[in-house]
Amino acid sequence: MELTILWYLIPSLLMFCCGVYGFITRKNMIAMLISLELMLNAVDINFVVFNRFLFPGELEGMFFTLFAIALAAAETALAIAIIINVFRISEKIDVDDVTKMKY
Amino acid sequence: MEPVIPIIILALPLAMFLVLGLCGHKMAHRTAGILGTLGMGVTMVLAYITAFTYFFSGAPEFINAEGVRLQYVVFNPEWLSFYKDLAIKIGFLLDPISALLLVVITTISFMVHLYSNGYMRDHHGVWETGFQRFYAFLSLFSFSMLGLVVATNIFQMYIFWELVGASSYLLIGFYYTKPSAVSASKKAFIVTRFADLGFLIGILILSFYTGTFEFTDFTSVNVGKDTFAIDMSAPTAILAKFTSSPAPMFLGGSVLTWALVLIFMGGMGKSAMMPLHIWLPDAMEGPTPVSALIHAATMVVAGVYLVARLFPLYLMEETALNIITVVGALTAFYAAMVACTQVDIKRVLAFSTISQIAFMMVSLGVARPEFHHGLGYMAGMFHLFTHAMFKALLFLCAGALIHAIGSNDYTAMHGLRKYMPITHISFLIGCLAIAGIIPFAGFFSKDEILTAVFGHSIFWYIWMSAVAGLTAFYMFRLYYLIFWWKEHKIPEGHHAPHDQPWTMTLPLVILAIVSCVAGFVPFGNLVTWNGHPMFESVNFFTNLTALDWSVAAISLSVAVIAILIATVMYKKENPLPDKMKNALPRLWDWCYHRFYWDELYMFITHKIIFGCICKPIAWFDRHIIDGTMDGFAWVTQRLSFAIRGLQSGNIQFYVWVYLFGVVLLGAITAICLL
Amino acid sequence: MESVGSIIVYVVIALAIVICSVLAVTTRKILRAATYLLFALFATAALYFQLDYEFLGAVQIAVYAGGIVVLFVFSILLTSHPGDNSAKLASRKRVLGLTGALLLLIVAGYSLISRCEMITALPQGENPPMKFIGETLMGTGHGQYLLPFEAISVLLLACIIGGVVVARKNNN
Repeated sequence: MELTILWYLIPSLLMFCCGVYGFITRKNMIAMLISLELMLNAVDINFVVFNRFLFPGELEGMFFTLFAIALAAAETALAIAIIINVFRISEKIDVDDVTKMKY
Repeated sequence: MEPVIPIIILALPLAMFLVLGLCGHKMAHRTAGILGTLGMGVTMVLAYITAFTYFFSGAPEFINAEGVRLQYVVFNPEWLSFYKDLAIKIGFLLDPISALLLVVITTISFMVHLYSNGYMRDHHGVWETGFQRFYAFLSLFSFSMLGLVVATNIFQMYIFWELVGASSYLLIGFYYTKPSAVSASKKAFIVTRFADLGFLIGILILSFYTGTFEFTDFTSVNVGKDTFAIDMSAPTAILAKFTSSPAPMFLGGSVLTWALVLIFMGGMGKSAMMPLHIWLPDAMEGPTPVSALIHAATMVVAGVYLVARLFPLYLMEETALNIITVVGALTAFYAAMVACTQVDIKRVLAFSTISQIAFMMVSLGVARPEFHHGLGYMAGMFHLFTHAMFKALLFLCAGALIHAIGSNDYTAMHGLRKYMPITHISFLIGCLAIAGIIPFAGFFSKDEILTAVFGHSIFWYIWMSAVAGLTAFYMFRLYYLIFWWKEHKIPEGHHAPHDQPWTMTLPLVILAIVSCVAGFVPFGNLVTWNGHPMFESVNFFTNLTALDWSVAAISLSVAVIAILIATVMYKKENPLPDKMKNALPRLWDWCYHRFYWDELYMFITHKIIFGCICKPIAWFDRHIIDGTMDGFAWVTQRLSFAIRGLQSGNIQFYVWVYLFGVVLLGAITAICLL
Repeated sequence: MESVGSIIVYVVIALAIVICSVLAVTTRKILRAATYLLFALFATAALYFQLDYEFLGAVQIAVYAGGIVVLFVFSILLTSHPGDNSAKLASRKRVLGLTGALLLLIVAGYSLISRCEMITALPQGENPPMKFIGETLMGTGHGQYLLPFEAISVLLLACIIGGVVVARKNNN
């Protein structure tokens, strides 16, 4: 048996699908954020895998992943700051309950 | 002539209007009244100076070597310039009739200004609400009327024509808390507006064919710088333009006739000719000085003035002149009939005004250059002048009576001759003047008119003589019913009615004196249709010596007989009038209800126009037009309701939809790339 | 042909990724979800190690597992009470989520399987040397990343400030 590129991409795809499922179904905003991280991570894996299999000498995919990780960190930090603020105001962090700024 | 005085004549009333209108409410009532009166007094003096300069200075721009009076354009700057061939000018035209009207308007206006100082307050000296506004409107009216008579072009005339209509509307509705006054003002405005539609169309036709608005282009030839002489070559050239146009005929009449008749329609509206007369009796809802100024002496003769202004053009179309004659004659007779039965003294005077203006119209209608140098034209203008004086006098007397009694009905008056001697004498003079008794003003002018009509057709002469008799009858009926008949007992604790303060009696006295002597003014040498003098030389008795005594004797005897009948019927309380009334109940009914014209108008407007035309249109508007728009709104709303669930604000649903789209796209791509 | 060892390692990693991901989105306790996420991230780091990207694996562990997950845990502890279960999912929502995820899985998996057969072997590759990575990150030449690096650092700074501003207690 040989480990082709497909074997690496399929776990990443499953991970992405899990992220999608979680993002659509969960109410808790932190849980949604976790699902988002899963999706992001799945994409990272894809970058790395494609880099490794198709352009072994280059490092573009790897650097892209590196920056994506940094971006994920920034995005998470900011999102969590917002969530905590929301929590402070409404005592809830369910996405359906945050309706104050609607309309 | 320097344009300074003419400019001030126009500018001063306008300035007064602005000052009193804008700052009046901050002024004391007395100040506003004095200011308005003074302004008008100065205007009057300046107008006199202008008119006397025009008539008597003998300057070459006013009168030429043969003694023909000329038209002089004092100033005529361009006001609205649309393009090179179409510009509207605002100017000042001085000719016999405009100079005459300047005198008439400013005199009556000044009298009314003075009179209103006393009239617009009650017996305890409390001023009417809106006293300053009243003076502001009076000034506005004076300005507009002066602008109208000095107009150099028909469009300027139209502008000021509408302005006098507007100020008349404002003044009729002066007591705007009274529903009857409001509806009367609306009625006056709407009826005259309707007539002015015809006027406007007439103007457009005329100027479309001739390419000019200027009166001097219609009627005169240029004989010097800014100086014109009336000459038949000008209207002949206009007629030639019409006949050489591709479509000189329209609906059986020539286009020029149509234009002139439509212009006359504007005059019919303003001068209350049948069938557009219905607004004038109702206009008596306004304060009495306003009735004297606007609805007796000045504004209502604007129609006559308009025809006189374009008279050489009317001479080109016999049909138009005949229409004027017939309309005038019918109106005169109708109004005289109705005046015999009215109870409200102002209504009687209103119908009398209609009748007298119709006299002037008839006079213009029968005027022909062949007969006595266009005697009818001169007579019409003469009657305009004398009528303005004695009718203003009668109205101001009526105002004094109403002010003293507090009612418009003669039934509340009766036997006032002892209590109000000055008013009595003035009113009597006014009645004698309008009845045409020698030597009062009305005799001369009416006699000239009848002479002119006699020269045109015997039928209309008999007709108009009958009207003159009716005039004498209803005026003396009114006189006897007010000042004689039976006396009312003065209730205990009430003052007897008495003459009014000097501000009100002085104008009466002045106008009474004028009514006595105005007939001797040698009009034949001042105002003729083409400026040619009628007499070789003039003195104080020219009018008397130039009388056609056969006509004069007949009209005089008719008037005397009518007065005698009135004396028999109304001097003392007696059952004669009731017997007459019962003998001819149908006729009396019709006269009393003004021949049901108002009801006819009501029927036409409400039943036919509102019911048959407006209702379907309103239905169409409400159901089809509005329905279409409502339908759009309804569909949009339904659609929005149907799809608003998509805009739930639920981010997870958004993500799902987005994902679904991506997957769909991916699926399509995958299938296509296989 | 791969060695059996590497296949075993791969299987373990792949299973860990899939199972931890599924558990992270299905568990009803939010703290457990964060923990499963942590494991999934570790597994991903392991995958990077297996693909010879040691530096990236280290970053993954340090930043993701060490930094972000800690943030998650903190915020979870701040915003929920121990023992809280999230409410049961509404069936409509679950259906939505499942259809979305499965549709995606089918389409993407179908295209993967139908098109990725040709690339078979893992090419020979070196673990990129640290010096080279550092030079690439700091260089300004072609294929070097100083500008994105600086941009990211400014972005991070902005995020720190923004986070402080947003989350700060309003004293007014």
